[in-house]
Amino acid sequence: MILVPCPHCGPRNVSEFRHIGESTARPDPGSATPEQWRDYLYLRRNPAGWTIETWYHRAGCRAYFGAERHTVTNRFRRSWLGGQVPPLAGTVAEMGGGVDASSAEGSPGP
Amino acid sequence: MLLLDRYRRDGSGRPSRYSAFDLVRRGLGHTDWPRAWREHALAASYDAVIVGGGVHGLATAYYLAANHGITDVAVIEKGYIGGGGSGRNTAIIRSNYLTPEGVRFYDRSLKLYETLSADLNFNVMFSQRGHLTLAHNDGSLRTMRWRAEVNKLEGIDSEVIGPDDIKALVPFMDVSTDTRYPILGALYHPPGGIIRHDAVVWGYARGADAGGVHIHQNTELVGIETEGDKVVAALTNRGRIATPVVVNCTAGWATLVADMVGVRLPIVTHPLQAAVTEPVKPFLGPVVVSGTLHVYVSQTDRGELVFGASTDPYTSYSTRGSLEFTEELAGHVLELMPSIAQLRVLRQWAGLCDITPDFSPVMGVTPVDGFLVDVGWGTYGFKAGPVAGEAMAELIATGKPPENIAGFDLARFPEGRLVGEKGAAAVGH
Repeated sequence: MILVPCPHCGPRNVSEFRHIGESTARPDPGSATPEQWRDYLYLRRNPAGWTIETWYHRAGCRAYFGAERHTVTNRFRRSWLGGQVPPLAGTVAEMGGGVDASSAEGSPGP
Repeated sequence: MLLLDRYRRDGSGRPSRYSAFDLVRRGLGHTDWPRAWREHALAASYDAVIVGGGVHGLATAYYLAANHGITDVAVIEKGYIGGGGSGRNTAIIRSNYLTPEGVRFYDRSLKLYETLSADLNFNVMFSQRGHLTLAHNDGSLRTMRWRAEVNKLEGIDSEVIGPDDIKALVPFMDVSTDTRYPILGALYHPPGGIIRHDAVVWGYARGADAGGVHIHQNTELVGIETEGDKVVAALTNRGRIATPVVVNCTAGWATLVADMVGVRLPIVTHPLQAAVTEPVKPFLGPVVVSGTLHVYVSQTDRGELVFGASTDPYTSYSTRGSLEFTEELAGHVLELMPSIAQLRVLRQWAGLCDITPDFSPVMGVTPVDGFLVDVGWGTYGFKAGPVAGEAMAELIATGKPPENIAGFDLARFPEGRLVGEKGAAAVGH
């Protein structure tokens, strides 16, 4: 079972959530070229490791939130509310709170 | 002496041709079964290095040798051949697609599969038992009519049939009208069927090996060396291989390989789960697919029912199964065939799918000279193995992508000309 740490509801089964996908930076609407928009639409890092993404708690509090997940082990390291995309592998304190999933799930991922 | 034709463990010897006579002769003694492909030392250079020992990589190598006489080729595989998607798919073959280009492309693959046993001198157990795609609402019935007409124009045996005909083909199907998703009709495609997927991998490996291709298992690509914008070597955990051509056939791991040369692919990796039941006597003829119920089911020659569904709804490189999948699958299968409620699921597994935004593959050249891709095959890569291998071999041999894959180029994403093949996946995404 994959546990997703919702910032409101705590760790819940993944079946309650919708995976929105990797967080990507939106180009500036004033100056972006069609090619930049298409990169924004189609290109993802798709790493085998830690990644920052957006999740939606469909069958819960219905919040959109950010989370950091390891795509090989499916462990979550932290999650936070708000649209700010934090840098990868920062600390929970830098995020201004949020749920530290590793403490809820036992040992942290690699 | 008859035994001279076998492959020896050190890689010497000549390929042996399988025949009834050969089977009887070796069967009597059981001492001298030939190796299907050899092991080789890693050479310092090859004309081409194919990364990924699945059906796409091995078919590319086989057709390079068989059709173009290019034999100084290595297939490198980080695990064992056929251990990825080629050994994890549900082995369904069909060509009843929606667009004329899609229909022609996959029908070429089906035609190659039809003669593959003879071409490879290896029984791939292709069983053309028919393929039924069920319609549970007017919308899907209309799309199926459309698909059937496109198929027929392209000369494919494909027709929309009603509940009575479905009942005649699959007596165990619940075609009553008081179910949650009543069956209104189906797209029936008699040439479709299932195949022994491992045998396809092994047959291509044996054929490629006989043609002179080196197959290196347990050989992982760790980097690609470039000079300017040109590939010069493939770096593996067993050493450096000088080569002007590296072909990426790594499916779910495609973006990790492309990252090595800084090529970005519009691909995300999703797991796709499948399951089999205990074996029972043959009762299910055709392959049965329901897009609405997200399920496809077929009965293997061993008698097991093989089930598949849609991809897991999140990206991941994990191949662990989940209880949600089994629960949902069982519920949907029992909607169609309530009588199999007592069957037990033997095992479940997952493979990794490289999903593109338009559910079409990415094939051909990249901005890096010599770095070719045959990726983005998502949930429909196995059935396209032969045609993809044939086309990639032609691209490598001639330097020019053949017409049937020209539209699948990587440049279609920055240039905004996506391919809309909505018939690509049997169940919705």
